[in-house]
Amino acid sequence: MKAVITVIGKDAVGITAKVSTACAEFGANIVDITQKVLDDLFVMIMIAEVDSLTVKFTDFVDEMVKKGKESGLEIHVMHEDIFDAMHKI
Amino acid sequence: MISSNDILETIRMIRQEHLDVRTITMGISLFDCAASDVSSACDRIYDKICKKAEKLVETGNEIEKEYGIPIIHKRISVTPISLIAAASRTTNAVPFAMALQKAADTCGVNFIGGFSALVQKGFTDGDMAVINSIPEALSLTKNVCSSVNVASTKAGINMDAVELMGRKIKELAYETRHENSIGCAKLVVFCNVPEDNPFMAGAFHGTGESDTAINVGVSGPGVVKVALESCQGNLSEVAETIKKTAFKITRMGQLVASEASKRLDVPFGIVDLSLAPTPAVGDSVAYILEEMGLEKCGTHGTTAALALLNDAVKKGGVMASSSVGGLSGAFIPVSEDAGMISAAECGALTLSKLEAMTAVCSVGLDMIAIPGDTSESTVSAIIADEMAIGMVNSKTTAVRLIPAYGKTVGDGVEFGGLLGAAPVMRVSDYSSEKFIARKGRIPAPIQSLKN
Repeated sequence: MKAVITVIGKDAVGITAKVSTACAEFGANIVDITQKVLDDLFVMIMIAEVDSLTVKFTDFVDEMVKKGKESGLEIHVMHEDIFDAMHKI
Repeated sequence: MISSNDILETIRMIRQEHLDVRTITMGISLFDCAASDVSSACDRIYDKICKKAEKLVETGNEIEKEYGIPIIHKRISVTPISLIAAASRTTNAVPFAMALQKAADTCGVNFIGGFSALVQKGFTDGDMAVINSIPEALSLTKNVCSSVNVASTKAGINMDAVELMGRKIKELAYETRHENSIGCAKLVVFCNVPEDNPFMAGAFHGTGESDTAINVGVSGPGVVKVALESCQGNLSEVAETIKKTAFKITRMGQLVASEASKRLDVPFGIVDLSLAPTPAVGDSVAYILEEMGLEKCGTHGTTAALALLNDAVKKGGVMASSSVGGLSGAFIPVSEDAGMISAAECGALTLSKLEAMTAVCSVGLDMIAIPGDTSESTVSAIIADEMAIGMVNSKTTAVRLIPAYGKTVGDGVEFGGLLGAAPVMRVSDYSSEKFIARKGRIPAPIQSLKN
């Protein structure tokens, strides 16, 4: 199963590193990353394989949101099916 | 591969435009709970609901977190209690309502629907027990919802029931007078009631349904409004934009419904394609109509705009779900919609305009506060009008009126939470008493020679 991790926040040094370290910590394997800086806003979308997480998926969601808040970032972790359902016929 | 724009669009819809799944409602049949004495029937009801819905709230919360989609309500609907109470040969159905309340508390759901009776053609003893118990039952319980179907296109309008419901609504308003007559917010009078509706207060589990079923109600007026903000084209393009948005919203509902059904091991029933507003600013059906170009909801053109909206939501949603049912359409509950409240307060939206609007959209006169001194026969007459619209147009209509005790036109009534607040609306000063006192039945309408 794959999860979509979106990170939105003010651009700063080391955001990608922070988020990917957190993913590694919980055993989420990042398979794709796209990122953009629009004006001062940093937007990153990661697709991660979450089959071998070291914690429950719902706990992973909470932990990532918490880590985001600590660094002033808005992080959302969502099951990829929701995007497939909404945008693919 | 999903594009980044699609991902960001979804996130924007959820975080900023109030996209959510409004309710996961588990329908539970209580036929196997009927018993010759009331207390064993109530025990069986409690046990069955708790057993079937034990994991409902927990599963809903899990799906919410994994998919990142807010699921606002987890609810239960049951077989109309009148059918179960009939076996116990009782005239007092209040203990059944207490059993439902106890089950709702145990399962952690915020509403349980099914304290209902279907009397479009006539009353059984069970129906009478339920209807007569409504004022007491709804004032003693907090989360039990009640509905009474008094008319249908096939049977006509049971005016005995219409007359009776006028009285019961007033009694209920009095019983709950210390809480702004809030009991009336939990009671709906229907014409052509759907048997798989997941939305309260009108939800119950129909007689033709399986033992249990998962029905899901989606929402998202905010998303439609934002989509229309960037649509400057003609009304065909407006309809097209609404269809596309409704499709996306419904696909999400379908996903949540099938996931919930799989995890709970309960058959998937239907997705209800409804635009259900909340009092939150930006989550309003009235604002969608205003976005189409009306200065204020309720002005001339409102019925046409609503007809377009209602139809486009269905067209977009039908393709997105494997099974559509329930009420499916745009809701226009006055107290629950910031735009409707504002339109009613400034006088743009009146009761007669709302009545016209109900001819082209889902449900009917919903969550409307009227003066506390409105007579029983006027309440009945408002119901009769609305039932006639539903009966003749072969559609569901409903009435959820709150004759707010001690309040009059110009006052406001605060219900709190998702039930919102409503300005008390003016009703006609002229009497309908003799008409209502005639009782009897309005025969079913002819289904050909349509004009």
